[in-house]
Amino acid sequence: MSWDETRRVLLSEWTKIRSVRSTVWTLAAALVVTVALGMLICLLVRNTFNELSPHERMTFDPTLTSFAGTSLGQLAMIAFGILVVAGEYSTGMIRASLSAVPRRGLLMFAKVAVATALALAVGMVTSFLAFVLGQALLGDHRTNLGEPNVLRAVFGGGLYMGLIALFAMGVAWMLRSPMLSFGVLIPFFFMISGILANVSATQKLGRYLPDQAGSWIMSVVNTGDRPYGPWAGLGIMVLWVAAALLGGYLVLRRRDA
Amino acid sequence: MIELSDLTKRYGAKTAVEGLTFSVRPGVVTGFLGPNGAGKSTTMRMMLGLDHPTDGEVRIDGRRYAELRDPLTFIGALLEARSVHPGRTAYHHLQCLAQSNGIPTRRIDEVLDLVGLTAVARKRPKGFSLGMGQRLGIASAMLGDPRILMFDEPVNGLDPEGIHWIRNLMKRLAAEGRTVFVSSHLMSEMALTAEHLVVIGRGRLLADTSMARFIEENARTSVRVRSPEPERLREALEGAGLAPARRPDGGFEVEGGDTARVGELAAEHRVTLHELSVERASLEEAFMRLTHGTVEYQAHDGGDDELG
Ligand SMILES: Nc1ncnc2c1ncn2[C@@H]1O[C@H](COP(=O)(O)OP(=O)(O)OP(=O)(O)O)[C@@H](O)[C@H]1O
Ligand SMILES: [Mg+2]
Repeated sequence: MSWDETRRVLLSEWTKIRSVRSTVWTLAAALVVTVALGMLICLLVRNTFNELSPHERMTFDPTLTSFAGTSLGQLAMIAFGILVVAGEYSTGMIRASLSAVPRRGLLMFAKVAVATALALAVGMVTSFLAFVLGQALLGDHRTNLGEPNVLRAVFGGGLYMGLIALFAMGVAWMLRSPMLSFGVLIPFFFMISGILANVSATQKLGRYLPDQAGSWIMSVVNTGDRPYGPWAGLGIMVLWVAAALLGGYLVLRRRDA
Repeated sequence: MIELSDLTKRYGAKTAVEGLTFSVRPGVVTGFLGPNGAGKSTTMRMMLGLDHPTDGEVRIDGRRYAELRDPLTFIGALLEARSVHPGRTAYHHLQCLAQSNGIPTRRIDEVLDLVGLTAVARKRPKGFSLGMGQRLGIASAMLGDPRILMFDEPVNGLDPEGIHWIRNLMKRLAAEGRTVFVSSHLMSEMALTAEHLVVIGRGRLLADTSMARFIEENARTSVRVRSPEPERLREALEGAGLAPARRPDGGFEVEGGDTARVGELAAEHRVTLHELSVERASLEEAFMRLTHGTVEYQAHDGGDDELG
């Protein structure tokens, strides 16, 4: 696999991704929803801060609060990942793509690399915007990037957005159908994972789910209820992503297009 | 040049293609014929490396598809199912394919012009008619100016003018020395374009021959003859070693006879004739005879014989 060949396929994937409207819509939704919902929650918290219990006030995490929109905004990132990959199958474009680039590993690498780079870029912008605007609304309770661990949390928030899109891509390579991928991923990340991580019976294992472990990077105040640190949490998410991509690669190699 | 050797494809228990061995030569249009479900599209997908053969292999200019560097410059294909994202403009669709194979940008405008889609280059194909979609597929196939072209039922959904255009395009491409492989289930269509013929039924090879030879061998002619004195006519014909077969209208059909011979026999025996004509079996009928029994999804007319 020469560099020249790889460069061409990357360029081709870049053309593909920028020439469909869903790219703009999903990424814009991820940014707007995450930032706007975060701002709303920050505003609510500032106005009701005095009603919080003393313990809640002690462990108040302004950084994490400004990321409250992530839980919803990440769904748009997931949609982005699904549409980039499974959209090739639902439209039949995959047959044209594989005829042009029959080395399936190369095609997958290029598509995933381009889409992840874009998701990471939008994720970083989203993360910093959510932080800056959220803090502005928190008033006296705000923090800043100079405080310990805050920069790590904000930078980590951007990484999280990119990783969640990447995870969705891996799953979509396995499932191929956009409908099926949405049906599996959206309910899972919107509800099921949250339930599993909070119900006491499943809590211990639920904390190792990709989003639960990965989102720990956005916390600055250590509430002591996680058996792993922020970077280790992100590492767990990376393992999930790697597994999803490996599964996707195996399916792509073995199955007929 | 495309070479298939012992190509086989099974989907679970279903065998779609079985032991296909033939090659497609440059310089002529090769028609790939078979009834519905015969395995034409499956074979073509395997030629492009999209479906993995259960057994056997395909070689394109001696190499496997996956080993081709910039495959679109070797072989271009129009597949049966649409292979275009409906939300990506025709131009961008061609652009991303061109970029992946190092094809110069100017070629995009050339092929758009060739298929007559220049005016809608910046439009999204979701609004395209069937024929326009087909033309975009042909533009994709021609993009890399390949020596080998493959079309899976290209006239599907085209109007007469479009059909005419495709026919001429294929002939021109072959005349330029390219390999042109085109599938159809219409023998009459192939008779107009193809010089060579590969026929399959139920995934198996039934014929691999030149069109001229196929016509010569299969277009049998017979004589139709009718007389008010059928029994005397029969005797006369049988006496001369011919085998008249009774027709529903009371006349006879004489396989292998010619009108002159039958007319002379009738005159000799003083039998009055009301009709004497040549009956030519059409190529379509020849094709149906060849593939009979291999037809996967056969319609039954009326169903009298089953229901009695
Ligand atoms: N992905 C698949 N899974 C299961 N069976 C398949 C698959 N693709 C094709 N088949 C079966 O293989 C057989 C050959 O199909 P194919 O589409 O290749 O025929 P065809 O000659 O192109 O027919 P048509 O003239 O209708 O286009 C059919 O019986 C079809 O049902
Ligand atoms: Mg077909």
